[in-house]
Amino acid sequence: MKKDYLLLLVVALAAFALPMILPGDYYVEVFLFMGINILVALGLSLLMGYAGQISLGHAGFYGMGAYISGALSAHLGWPVPLAALMALVATALVAGLIGWPTLRLKGHYLAMATLGLGIILYILFVQLRSITGGASGLAGIQPVHIGGFYLDTPRRYCYLVWALVILSFLFSINLVRSRTGLALRALHYSEVAASTLGIDVAKYKLQVFVFSCVLAALGGILYAHYITFISPETFGFMYSIKLVVMIVLGGMYSLWGALLGGAFLSLLPEFLHRLEDFEVMVNGLILLMILIFLPGGLVGLLQKIGEKIRGHS
Amino acid sequence: MAQLVQYIFAGLTMGVIYALTGVGFNLIYNATGVINFAQGEFVMLGAMFLYTFQEVLHWPPFISLPLVFLMGGLVGVVFEYGVVKPLIRLGVITVIIGTIGASVVLKGGAMLVWGKNALAVEPLISEKPVAFLGASLNTQVLVVLMVTAIAVAIFWYFFGFTILGKAIQACSVNPLAARLAGVPVERMITLSFCFSGALSALAGGLIAPITLAEYDMGTMLALKGFCAAIIGGLGNNPGAMVGGLLLGVMEGLSAGYLSSGYKDALAFLVLILVLFWRPEGLITRGKGERV
Amino acid sequence: MVILDARNVKRSFGGVKALKGVDVTVQEGTITALIGPNGSGKTTLFNILSGILPMEEGEIIFMNQDIGKWPAHKRALLGMARTFQNLQIFQEMSVLENVMIGGFRHTSSGFMAGGLSLPKVRGEMKALEGKAIELLGELGLTSYAHVQAGELPFGLQRKVEIARALALEPKLLLLDEPAAGLTTKETSDLARFIHGLKERGITVFLVEHDMDLVMGISEWIIVLNFGQKIYEGTPLAVKRERTVIKAYLGERRAKG
Repeated sequence: MKKDYLLLLVVALAAFALPMILPGDYYVEVFLFMGINILVALGLSLLMGYAGQISLGHAGFYGMGAYISGALSAHLGWPVPLAALMALVATALVAGLIGWPTLRLKGHYLAMATLGLGIILYILFVQLRSITGGASGLAGIQPVHIGGFYLDTPRRYCYLVWALVILSFLFSINLVRSRTGLALRALHYSEVAASTLGIDVAKYKLQVFVFSCVLAALGGILYAHYITFISPETFGFMYSIKLVVMIVLGGMYSLWGALLGGAFLSLLPEFLHRLEDFEVMVNGLILLMILIFLPGGLVGLLQKIGEKIRGHS
Repeated sequence: MAQLVQYIFAGLTMGVIYALTGVGFNLIYNATGVINFAQGEFVMLGAMFLYTFQEVLHWPPFISLPLVFLMGGLVGVVFEYGVVKPLIRLGVITVIIGTIGASVVLKGGAMLVWGKNALAVEPLISEKPVAFLGASLNTQVLVVLMVTAIAVAIFWYFFGFTILGKAIQACSVNPLAARLAGVPVERMITLSFCFSGALSALAGGLIAPITLAEYDMGTMLALKGFCAAIIGGLGNNPGAMVGGLLLGVMEGLSAGYLSSGYKDALAFLVLILVLFWRPEGLITRGKGERV
Repeated sequence: MVILDARNVKRSFGGVKALKGVDVTVQEGTITALIGPNGSGKTTLFNILSGILPMEEGEIIFMNQDIGKWPAHKRALLGMARTFQNLQIFQEMSVLENVMIGGFRHTSSGFMAGGLSLPKVRGEMKALEGKAIELLGELGLTSYAHVQAGELPFGLQRKVEIARALALEPKLLLLDEPAAGLTTKETSDLARFIHGLKERGITVFLVEHDMDLVMGISEWIIVLNFGQKIYEGTPLAVKRERTVIKAYLGERRAKG
């Protein structure tokens, strides 16, 4: 368990060093977007690995963060922190409204409900033209600044993103080690037993789900205020799927799976420029292959390799 | 009045598609406890198969449509052996993620094979519209309703009156008892997948001439088929039929009288409301729940 | 004083009436047993009492509160713990963690506090751990504290489950066939252990098939058959009662 904090320290140092070492803005930007993906994936990993529930609408929550914060800053000129806070609160409320009826039930109703919500949100991003700019997108989103200091270069913004990634990981690791984490792990293995020990199963699932959606929204906010222009296709169903692929690829039962999976899938398009039309299918194939041949994901693989090395020495 | 009839029939047409998809969900759910997120892709494949048989190979409808049905059954069986069987021992959540993966593979594959554009499919019968209560009804609508009625009648007979049908039902109620009574449970599960694929593909074949065939039509149809199943109570086939028709008519009316842009939001709203107030479905037969 | 009073509990599955209006009373500080042939409704009654299965009709009073409609977790918070016939331990967690979760009701920190790792949270976790280590010692499980619970042999898993239930510091402990699958030696240890619980002020209500165990430790025995209470009394009275012998031993003979 101490190991997790040590690992996080290593990641933090790497995140501090990389923007300075990387050879150009392009690579820094890749690293920046990787951070955003990992942030969103981290929330989903808590939901899938600890509450045992799937969300197929995380792209929608990601979009809610981006659009609410973006629109408030672009149309009404709200300062970024206030707009961001508003976006986080609104996302938490919507997540609560969806999660409350579905998470009380046994089974996987949340997956279908979030799938539906993701579709609805996408329709809204396209249809509410006066707010979202419709299919042509929303421009004029304010960049982030602290007083007169503008975080408008990839390098500066990258530090903001990764600082939040590290803090979110710290929070999540703490959480898993706390009473709440104990309860979450318990209900993952047996809801019945957990409930007879005084654990309000639905409440804990709901808390994780809402937290998970808030992290997704935070990712969206970071994305919107960096790019300063957003359009609906970024927040479509395929991104929700990609997030699920990240978690499964990285390893469902460890928070570090979100880091590895998120990093891997963020880099994949850089290596496979000509993927284009095949990308959809490749995502699905990765998902199936990992489930069948490597159910523990990359983290599981690394653990096995680690055990082998230790076993031989 | 004429307009109302028009909307209701338009709704019913879509409704039977949702109903068939919902029954497809139920068959797999009853056999394995898994919600199959690739169900919508089965429907999409049905539409694509019909396009291929009819528009590319120019086969007549009375050959194409049954062939779509058979191909759908094949897809269901391949799906069971390729995705569900290898994963089921790892737990239900893993299988569900697997079905999500499979749906993406099918969708991406269909995009590569049939392209990104919506494909037009000729109506199965091209006759003049029929007048009914002042409304003029497209003959395709009548074909959809008739074929579905026949399919439902066959299914009703199959599950209600044949040994095989009863064996499948027995497996879904109590697999252990069914096994002890000598029912080959494995084969019954495969049959469930086969029927589930066949019915969904049939739905796709029926709808293709009305809504066009498109590689990404599946997600939305899955959501609505699932909604139909939930209205009827997950696992309850007659319930899913009623649920599908109900949803279709509601959609038809809201598209007609309110706004067509938000028509697709309705299914989601209904889904959430039903899960909120009556998660066991609106149409329950008053028997004890499964524990 | 009565700690648990269930009246007219009814429940059916499909068309089968599993419980046809059962009355059960458990006196505080006693060891009470629920016996009956297979399928008589014992486990169904336990599931209803602990709240994991809803009843169709009836009333349950626990510690002077009407808990009949309460969800399982609220009953646990009030001081009702249980074990399961088919074991429901958290297989992939360590033995220590399994027992720590048992003490859940004595902690209160929330989601945010946990994420921020406030001093209160760390204090609570320390306390849970201390309590769990103590219980492990008592049940002779200390050396397994960091083993994955699912890897233990059956008899030890059963002990882990009991330790977990005790960490809840229950007022009433429901034991569902605690001796099933145990060796004779383990069973007699168990009998002594259950007796010890009584001295701690824990009321025990158990379902058990092992008649020697039941007759040896219970002060009051309730007999179910076909979803109905057919008799209740002291072990001596139960042994003599004809209806019980007929229902119970008849089945035993049939089983061979």
